[in-house]
Amino acid sequence: MIFGISSAKLQKKVSKFLVYLLLTAGGVIVAFPFYWMLSTALKVPGQEFASFFLFPRNPQWINFVKGWTILPFTRWLWNTVIITGGSVAGQILSGSLIAFGFARTKFRGRDFLFLVCLSSLMIPFQVTMVPQFILFKHLGWLDTFKPLIVPFFFGGNPFFIFLLRQFFLAIPSELDQAARIDGCGTFGVFTRIVLPLSKPALGIVAIFSFMWRWNDFLGPLIFLNSTKKYTLALGLRFFRGQLHVEWTYLMAVSFLVVIPCLILFFIAQRYYIQGIVMSGIKG
Amino acid sequence: MGKVVTKKSSYYRWRAREGYLFILPWLIGFCVFMGGPIVAAFLMGFTDWSMFKPPGFVGVANYLKIVQDSFFWQSLKVTCIYLLNVPINLALGLFLALLLNQNIRGQGIYRTIFYLPSVTSGVAVAILWLWIFMPDIGLINNLLSKVGIEGPLWLMSERWVIPAFIILSMWSVGGMMLIYLGGLQGIPTSLYEAAIMDGANFWKKFLHITLPILTPILLFNLIMSVIGSFQIFTTVFIMTRGGPNYGSLFYVLYIYFNAFEWFKLGYASALAIILFLIILGATVFIFRSSAKWMYYEK
Repeated sequence: MIFGISSAKLQKKVSKFLVYLLLTAGGVIVAFPFYWMLSTALKVPGQEFASFFLFPRNPQWINFVKGWTILPFTRWLWNTVIITGGSVAGQILSGSLIAFGFARTKFRGRDFLFLVCLSSLMIPFQVTMVPQFILFKHLGWLDTFKPLIVPFFFGGNPFFIFLLRQFFLAIPSELDQAARIDGCGTFGVFTRIVLPLSKPALGIVAIFSFMWRWNDFLGPLIFLNSTKKYTLALGLRFFRGQLHVEWTYLMAVSFLVVIPCLILFFIAQRYYIQGIVMSGIKG
Repeated sequence: MGKVVTKKSSYYRWRAREGYLFILPWLIGFCVFMGGPIVAAFLMGFTDWSMFKPPGFVGVANYLKIVQDSFFWQSLKVTCIYLLNVPINLALGLFLALLLNQNIRGQGIYRTIFYLPSVTSGVAVAILWLWIFMPDIGLINNLLSKVGIEGPLWLMSERWVIPAFIILSMWSVGGMMLIYLGGLQGIPTSLYEAAIMDGANFWKKFLHITLPILTPILLFNLIMSVIGSFQIFTTVFIMTRGGPNYGSLFYVLYIYFNAFEWFKLGYASALAIILFLIILGATVFIFRSSAKWMYYEK
């Protein structure tokens, strides 16, 4: 016995302490780059290296405005909003329709086709990007937002079809029967029973597809040419490529680009966590 | 004779047609944006199409050229070395999830912090880590110098550039950790209690209860991270563009360069088909081998 505590209890206390220590150390390491981004953004331009680790004594909040106005970021923000909004809307619309088809209707080859849908998740965009590029070139859609929005009205990312289908499967079919007895057609079951009950899942789809569309880089890179059509991702890269850009301004604008996703995350945390867990457990 | 309702009756046919209607967007989308392009890429791989002249059939010439292309082998090598991040992150994610699963206060806060990096991505993150990895003035080397270690040149060193990207991947391990955590929380505590009564220590509990039950989740995380490792693009493109001296010439980056900077569309398509086959093979292999170590609830 040491200090009146049994050795088993002491061992438990020490291991608990170690757990907290490791978790906190890990948390600090993981969170530090964000702190770093913000603190660099607020330093006086050209003096990023003064008092390196400390938060700047007089934070230059004006850097956000100054950095943002160096290039037409507002226009690029607007482009990104249109593209993201359009593709998220399309994803939710088509994703739910298709998932309902796979979950609730019966037809020959249904499960096989679902397997095909799922396996297309494995294929990186880089495999199909060249033919897609040529297709859009022939359609005259290059340097427009269309290649970045239209595919999402036709299924979009199979991951979301999968997620919604699993969710729909869990809705008891007795509700369907009840609605049909009341004269509801299949589409009515979709709009009046399944969709209203699926708000959490639809929320998850909205949040994740927003995040992925907002940060998309390769798509805009190959489909958009003129600077005025750029998204924030392309604009940031353009910004980085300029000569004599101060790191403070780079960090400031990067932080602004990242902020919508951070805010969305903090507001909808529960949905994020739920979405991740659901995909892993049911996957 | 009475009318027998068979599966071919018009009601069933109508219901089946409904199903097709619902998935019609996917059928169209798949053919136009996925299946069609794959077939097209396959066909284009047999041409010498470049942006400047119409395609000419060259048979398997592209594939023969690929085998002799040292950049092709280099990019395969780079991508394979980077695949080391998979076991590292699989273990790290599990370790963190195990830590978080102990009854601790503030679990939600830790979860949030660890997941935060996965929420941000793309160009902003690439620029941030470019800044962090700067040899003299960046965060990491600055910290190292305070303890008297001279840090490597990271993104400017052939030896350290892939480890740098692996470190970057470890930063976003929070997503995998959450999935593990979900799985851990689904393990009934009665199993552990029974084991304790039989005198099992931590290791025995882990190896004989936790790990077997987690194998489906392990499989999921394994496949997701392997596929993800093949797709890494934005960070590489922004941070190193394949350098230094092709030390970070990831495979998909090489495809991109061939297609959109050197305009060798036929060659790029051949490369893309090879990638497709590699991923197909890897996935099948993982699935097949998983039969040996997967644990199913009886």
